[in-house]
Amino acid sequence: MTAVPVPYLVVDRRRETSESVTLRLEPVGEALADFAPGQFAMVHCFGRGEIPLSVSSVQSTGGLAHTIRSVGAVSEGLCAARVGDVVGLRGPYGSSWELPRARGGDVLVVAGGIGLAPLRPLVLGALAGSRAYRRLSVLVGARTPADLIARTELDLWPTAYTGVTVDWPDPTWHGDVGVVTQLLGRAPFDPDTAWAFVCGPEPMIRATARDLAHRGVPPERIRVSLERTMRCATGTCGHCQLGPLLVCRDGPVVGWDRAAPLLSVREL
Amino acid sequence: MTAIAPSAVIDTDGLDALVTVLLARGRTVVGPTVRDGAIVLAELSSASQLPYGWGVELDAGRYRLVPREDGAAFAHSAGPQSWKSWLHPARERLWSADRTPEGEVSFTAAEPEAPSYAFLGVRPCDLRAIAIQDGVLTGGRYEDTGYGARRRGALLIAAECTEPGATCFCVSTGGGPAADPGYDLALTEIVDDDGHRFLVRIGSEEGARLLDDVPHRRADMVTEATARGAVDAARDRMGRALPAVDLRALLGASPEADRWDDLASRCLTCGNCTLVCPTCFCTTTEEVTDLTGDHTERWQRWDSCFDLDFSFLHEGPVRSSGRSRYRQWLTHKLSTWHDQFGSSGCVGCGRCIAWCPVGIDITEEVAALRAEQETETER
Repeated sequence: MTAVPVPYLVVDRRRETSESVTLRLEPVGEALADFAPGQFAMVHCFGRGEIPLSVSSVQSTGGLAHTIRSVGAVSEGLCAARVGDVVGLRGPYGSSWELPRARGGDVLVVAGGIGLAPLRPLVLGALAGSRAYRRLSVLVGARTPADLIARTELDLWPTAYTGVTVDWPDPTWHGDVGVVTQLLGRAPFDPDTAWAFVCGPEPMIRATARDLAHRGVPPERIRVSLERTMRCATGTCGHCQLGPLLVCRDGPVVGWDRAAPLLSVREL
Repeated sequence: MTAIAPSAVIDTDGLDALVTVLLARGRTVVGPTVRDGAIVLAELSSASQLPYGWGVELDAGRYRLVPREDGAAFAHSAGPQSWKSWLHPARERLWSADRTPEGEVSFTAAEPEAPSYAFLGVRPCDLRAIAIQDGVLTGGRYEDTGYGARRRGALLIAAECTEPGATCFCVSTGGGPAADPGYDLALTEIVDDDGHRFLVRIGSEEGARLLDDVPHRRADMVTEATARGAVDAARDRMGRALPAVDLRALLGASPEADRWDDLASRCLTCGNCTLVCPTCFCTTTEEVTDLTGDHTERWQRWDSCFDLDFSFLHEGPVRSSGRSRYRQWLTHKLSTWHDQFGSSGCVGCGRCIAWCPVGIDITEEVAALRAEQETETER
């Protein structure tokens, strides 16, 4: 079936940064199938269009949340949505983080900017099932302190290590300055059992995954979330190709073993 | 099943009757006809509209109609269009949404326009192209509903190839001038001292029922042998060929080849090759709102990987250079298509060669990539 969106009601809107908001959505009628963390929906803004957005929260009630950064016409429209507005959702699409595969091992979550949003339900899952995993570390990097999302929540998560760093500090910032990879040395993990989950801008993903591989984490256990433009999300429009991959179908979450050779080719 | 049904023979009156019967059964008959100096695919109301007596002269960047003395109807190679114009149309509405004054929003799927098509004169290369698009648009987890509906309702009458063009290379892509299974009827045109006639092979029960309503006779051995001979001869008369190597591996190993720079210096990134290619399927979507602002429609339209917007991600296009866009098209067609859909995306119809405004010839380009790889290996 060519999928048609299902109406969802905006039940809460929270500003995250100057250019991003989190919308909490509840189905108006029947809900879509359950989303797994890492999967995405095609979100329709009335009269503007559709964009792929990973879920930043999943509820057992069928409700979910998307954290949206205003970068184009559709995301701008969605960021401006008010409580009571209706958006359209299709999904769930794509691969998920598959956190349970990390059972018995250390878990490293590495996020760049708004890339923390799709990782948030994974962190909550790891905390809820903490006995199944060894040590959880959350490493977050952002351009400026103002670009950090889920700031308060971040401080409350009982992890083995949480590190936050920014590229450009402002006068209020007393934390780390620099790229997120420099926090890797402080995170407690055993490369033989560790699984890493990485989401952020592509240069950040490349640097982080290379560093982790260099520290001995096998590439297939470094899970990265890829981003390419998408129109259909059903593998038939051709837009999200990355070499042999259709990111909507084979991704967005793939192992670094598959992603590394593709992301090393310019303009693939 | 009628797989072992004997072949039949019809003459040009039989072809007339075939079209008449199809129209009487409510089919929209689409086939080749001459228009604007080319053989185009169009709705036919009679077999007399077929391009009797016309052939084509092809080369890189060149397409000319030439009269034929034998009066044959199907002795021409692929024209500028392919059947995707009907099965996977350039514009199609996917769904619409309406908003009430209270702010309630409802979404409605578009009813696919699904006329009951009969395609007359499908070349074997195009028959394979249809099978490839079937795989892409209906073979995965999600089906393109409109395509699926049109495809399931379509009747395919193939015309085997006895007159390959100078840009044809189907044999080197694993196809051939003979029609693969998938047709309802397959015609092989013969014009000789015994007259103008068509050997008809039956590929489905529907094809057999159709033939029942058309004046025909059982195929004689001479006609069968003549038809076979003509198709076999065509196999050896391909104008071009792709190198006989593992193209999937060659293209997969060539992302940094120097040849792409040479290509980029000639390619205009116009996208003609993607429009004429019978397997190119890429689409984009458009949001169309009416003046009230409360009714919006989602339209799908053909897109091309040569367009800068095709790979646009929020900060700019991923593939900004012409080099990377040509590389994407050719590598996808011959290599990554295998990874994504389990086959090559090229059927060797030669359209991209004939309709390239600067005459880029993919068989020549692949040969150059191959030569470059060999030189690299020797070093």
